[in-house]
Amino acid sequence: MRLAPAAGALALLVAATGCGGKDTGASHSHRERPDLTVAAASSLQMPLAAYGQQFASARVRYSFAGSDQLAAQIERGVRPDVFASANTKLPDLLFAKGLVSKPVAFAANRLVVAVPARWAAVKAVRDLERADVTIAIGSAAVPIGAYTRQVLGRLPARRRARILANVRSEEPDVNGVVGKLMQGAVDAGFTYATDVSATRGALKQIPLPESLQPIVAYSAAVTRGAAHPALARAFIRGLLTGTGRRYLLSAGFLPPLAR
Amino acid sequence: MIGRAWFRALLGATLALALAFLALPIVAIFTHTAPGELMDRLGDPVATDALRLSLETTSIAMAVIVMLGTPAAYFLATRSFGGRALVVTLVELPLVLPPAVAGIGLLAAVGPHGIVGGALRATHIQLVLQTAGVVVALVFVAAPFYLRQAQASFEAIDPSLSEAARSLGSSEAGAFARVIVPVASPGLAAGLALAWGRALGEFGATLMFAGSFRGVTQTVPLAIYDRFATDFPAALALSAILVAVSAGLLLAIKVVPGEAWIRRAAR
Repeated sequence: MRLAPAAGALALLVAATGCGGKDTGASHSHRERPDLTVAAASSLQMPLAAYGQQFASARVRYSFAGSDQLAAQIERGVRPDVFASANTKLPDLLFAKGLVSKPVAFAANRLVVAVPARWAAVKAVRDLERADVTIAIGSAAVPIGAYTRQVLGRLPARRRARILANVRSEEPDVNGVVGKLMQGAVDAGFTYATDVSATRGALKQIPLPESLQPIVAYSAAVTRGAAHPALARAFIRGLLTGTGRRYLLSAGFLPPLAR
Repeated sequence: MIGRAWFRALLGATLALALAFLALPIVAIFTHTAPGELMDRLGDPVATDALRLSLETTSIAMAVIVMLGTPAAYFLATRSFGGRALVVTLVELPLVLPPAVAGIGLLAAVGPHGIVGGALRATHIQLVLQTAGVVVALVFVAAPFYLRQAQASFEAIDPSLSEAARSLGSSEAGAFARVIVPVASPGLAAGLALAWGRALGEFGATLMFAGSFRGVTQTVPLAIYDRFATDFPAALALSAILVAVSAGLLLAIKVVPGEAWIRRAAR
């Protein structure tokens, strides 16, 4: 007897959430300016926010986070319209699982050592090995952390070990690394070149030698089951040829590498 | 009669709805993880490092909160002074601040570029990206839970109790230690459990202020977030452990104190 209302309420709740899930597919009804949801890598925040404002056919709603977090959300059933990742691996993986359309590479970037402009305990890549230097990197799961480990992997084991011994934080996305640098919590961090230019002089970059530079390619895909697949495709086209590309280039991103 | 039945059904229905909504995610965490797998995951060194660090940092934070918070709450409960409302509001403020604001605030105050950052550097105290920084973040977000509850517990004590103790020759400090605190202890324990639970779950302020590094600053919630993308079962298992520990804490204050505390206090 006592349990009856509880069971009823539970059924109601399940029914309500079930409906909510289906609704998103059928919400084309209001014609002007639908909401386009874009899940994008943290490092894309500046150019994509500007591009979204110019995207006339939809109101763009962004979810910026580490690409790995966004990909994991998609695997768990979250359905943004577009997934824009700081690598090609995660979109390819989701494509193989049938969760997104075929990904297209739309930009490239470079990995750098970022240091505070006001004081420079680190002046060259070699300085990262000094015992008194502190470093922030991305966690192994997020693209910036994976690229960083690629770079370190190309160094002799002894140099790599000295640098890793200086790591004080493994951040969930590149914004975390930039934040720790801006606060003076660490002397250096591995970021993208575009992150340094976005700080307008607060940070400066030390370029990596060509032999250490990894291939940093961004790719995007339309999510299977996206509420607005046509708009999502238009959004990605704009990243390749239109307004989006212009914003990407002016933020310092490079054109996509020929695959 | 009909009216009463209708109202009772409404109350029951709202409670059932609230229970279903609150319990569903917790039930889901446990149905995804078999108990055997849960124990296996405990053998994962990253998980054990995170658990050990969480227990250490929250224990230290609770010790600090109780030692400083208990007399401070007694002061707030028993004295009237100008600006008391303002002081109480300041004490309560961290309760409603988003963790991101707490993180920014701590950086702006005691970070390397913070207003007292220079003074700290001069004394070679470093908090950012250190285990000590985790404790600082935990104390900041969790202390109000204890202070509020402790203040309410002291306010609920009949003032004649303290007067009686003093008329029997106790100093105010003696009455506080031997009479007031024991009588208030069920309430203090409840506040402590809430503060502890909040500290165990702290994420945002810790990440912003102390960063995330295995064994040094990566507490259980940070390890869960780190695992979410790459190893969902491991993230679930750690979540299950955190739920179990927190539930244990909340349950303990409902079962353990009560009579046992009162009896000891009355002795």
